[in-house]
Amino acid sequence: MTDVLDPPVHVEFHDDGHDEHHGPSGILKWITTTDHKVIGLSYTVTAVIMLVIGGVFAEIIRAQLATPNGTLVSLAQYNELFTMHGSVMIYLFAGPFAFGALANIIVPIQIGAPDMAFPRLNALSYWLYLTGAITMLSGFFVAGGAANFGWVAYAPLSNSVNTPGAGADLWIGGLLLTGFSAIFTGVNLCATIFYLRAPGMTMFRMPIFTWNMLVTSILILLAFPVLTAGLVMLYCDRHFGTHIFSVAGGGVPVLWQHLFWFWGHPEVYILALPFFGMVTEIIAVFSRKPVFGYKGMVFATLSIAALSLGVWAHHMYTTGVVLLPFFAFMSLMIAVPTGIKIFNWIATMWRGEVWFSTAMLMAIGFLVTFLVGGLTGIYLASPPLDFFTHDTYFVVAHFHSVVMALVLAGMAGLYYWGPKITGYLLNERIGKFQFWFLFLGSQVFTFPLYILGLEGMPRRVALYSHDPQWKMLNDISTLGAILIGVSTILFVVNIIYSWKKYPAGDNPWDGHTLEWFTTSPPPHHNFYRLPQIRSERPTWDYNHPGHQAVGHGKQIEPAQPVEEVPVS
Amino acid sequence: MFHLWQGFSIGAVIIGALVIVLVLYAVLRFRRKGDNIPKQSQYHIPLELFYTVVPILIIFGLFAATLVVENKETANPKTNVTIDVNAFQWGWKFTYPGSNALVYGQTTQNPEMVMPVNTNVHINLTSSDVIHGFYVHAFNFSRYALPGVLNQFTIRAQSTGTYFGQCTQLCGLYHSLMWFRVKVVSPSAYSAWLTTFNNPAAAAAVKAANKTTAQQTSSVVPSKPATTKYGR
Repeated sequence: MTDVLDPPVHVEFHDDGHDEHHGPSGILKWITTTDHKVIGLSYTVTAVIMLVIGGVFAEIIRAQLATPNGTLVSLAQYNELFTMHGSVMIYLFAGPFAFGALANIIVPIQIGAPDMAFPRLNALSYWLYLTGAITMLSGFFVAGGAANFGWVAYAPLSNSVNTPGAGADLWIGGLLLTGFSAIFTGVNLCATIFYLRAPGMTMFRMPIFTWNMLVTSILILLAFPVLTAGLVMLYCDRHFGTHIFSVAGGGVPVLWQHLFWFWGHPEVYILALPFFGMVTEIIAVFSRKPVFGYKGMVFATLSIAALSLGVWAHHMYTTGVVLLPFFAFMSLMIAVPTGIKIFNWIATMWRGEVWFSTAMLMAIGFLVTFLVGGLTGIYLASPPLDFFTHDTYFVVAHFHSVVMALVLAGMAGLYYWGPKITGYLLNERIGKFQFWFLFLGSQVFTFPLYILGLEGMPRRVALYSHDPQWKMLNDISTLGAILIGVSTILFVVNIIYSWKKYPAGDNPWDGHTLEWFTTSPPPHHNFYRLPQIRSERPTWDYNHPGHQAVGHGKQIEPAQPVEEVPVS
Repeated sequence: MFHLWQGFSIGAVIIGALVIVLVLYAVLRFRRKGDNIPKQSQYHIPLELFYTVVPILIIFGLFAATLVVENKETANPKTNVTIDVNAFQWGWKFTYPGSNALVYGQTTQNPEMVMPVNTNVHINLTSSDVIHGFYVHAFNFSRYALPGVLNQFTIRAQSTGTYFGQCTQLCGLYHSLMWFRVKVVSPSAYSAWLTTFNNPAAAAAVKAANKTTAQQTSSVVPSKPATTKYGR
């Protein structure tokens, strides 16, 4: 792969000092860029900063809960902290990190495209996201403080009577802006995937990560407009005298929950599917095998997306107004495609050559952590079991197992694709320390919370002085949160320590997909040349002729040497 | 319901252990040792069908069990004792229709809901302002108190004692302190407790309290305890 051909004459001009020829340099270049890699890098940096901010909130919350009568923060500050912790992590970190950062950088390269379909819209997405993030966080600097009604903002607690401050309006505004950012990115990814695939890249030759991003984008387009509409209604209720969610004027408070969770449950998969995609790629590459059950994987992703649109009311069992068995059945059914994915991941490693790089360790850590989160999710799908776990720490533990799994997967993605974006590897030894802190920290952090939930500790309480014996479990959980914090510090240390130290080369992991065929970092429009695309692993086929994927006892792709074609 | 919990847990432990063993075996047994390229197997339709169909069957089982238990839990059997529970920021009011009994308390005053043991007790749950959560850990049950909706359910305590209850749905500043207690007593003690309110002072207190609540909630609580279109 190092034998890069001389580029054809007419693109030689692009080889060196390309960007200076096309516009300004320095900060102005960054502000005006439409290059999906630069935008994606901006997204990555911003999202990781959000992860750190949300993480600091989490550490303060855990410090407050370390004693039954914590006095570190006031009740009002506590409400702001957990609201903004959830909001920052969900709206400003996990989503934008997945579809803004990694998808933005990787998807066009994986399908052999020169850029996103709408580069300027892509830039707009980033600036809307950054503006939205600043808007939401600026709530801390206004009178009355930041939003304090939980990240779900249930009406009527979120109306102007119960939450009069400007922080709530800034929260709504910030969420509207990042929502539009997500919608535009969804449009952009759909258009890119449908129209800009390289010759030979049929739908069933797309890498699983790209497939998952396509499905995620479709989910974004179905779900986010509902949230946007709900937020506009909420704003009208707060300021223009409408009574959509207030009983006094004939409105229905529960309607907010319907709108919110009709977005909110697909959102869970909008967050999760990109990370499933990353892990799928990483497990296959570091096992030196094709993704086991590739087509089954695609259909599992599609069915998760379809089911996720019909399960929103499982967040509302205890309202008592939506106890249709339909929702329980749909929610339970999601376990099936998710199980297919887990077994496919195991089968991909089976009889492979598993390389314990940091990225692979993180991916395996994801698998185990996500398993716990998934299995406890099945309990919550059953209304009678939800009746006594709802709004307790059992639920908090469940979704933190899931999101900590996603953080592990995201770190796997950064270790795996970071070298492609920057051209340099991260230190593997520090990376492995980071993995163990993050993985063990996640378990130490979540397991006590399951028990606390079953013992009846409700979520969103700043103190538990009526039940001081909960202190020990809370302290263990706080210890876990500290371990996770250390892992984040190790990550930052690793970036500083490894700064431009270990050149990556084009294909450090013996990758399968097209991004590993181009240089690290890729040139302005990504490719000087492409291999012929005969399967979902064009780079592998090019590097390892005669090692095509086989089915159960039979050859499924004709084994023929793959040639390369210059890109004009 | 305990059996449902057990069933789910047995399934979860078996499946979880199976997956963890498979993952550990795969990563330890198939560690990379050299520069070999393993067999590039990608499909095995019978195996894939197996781990699609078996989970579907398990899910059908879990769903059937869920249905049976849910129908039992949400049934509204005939009851002789009714308690009106009203949640507000940040406390609870328990009134007993047909009697002067009234218990009212805010945050850590711990208002005590008195109810008889081994009796089906019908609860009418309302909220005066925002959404609250009525949750008694010992009953393994919680239900939202929604403004504008009358939520009804039946509980049956199996042993006497005093149990801790707490609001579980974030309701504003003092959510963390919105506590109450449930005191389960023998039916005779319950009747005796009710009659302690049969004096003019208690009657006047109830009248006053009901008047204040009516003012607070006139537009909030539906006049008829009918199942609205949002009720069950």
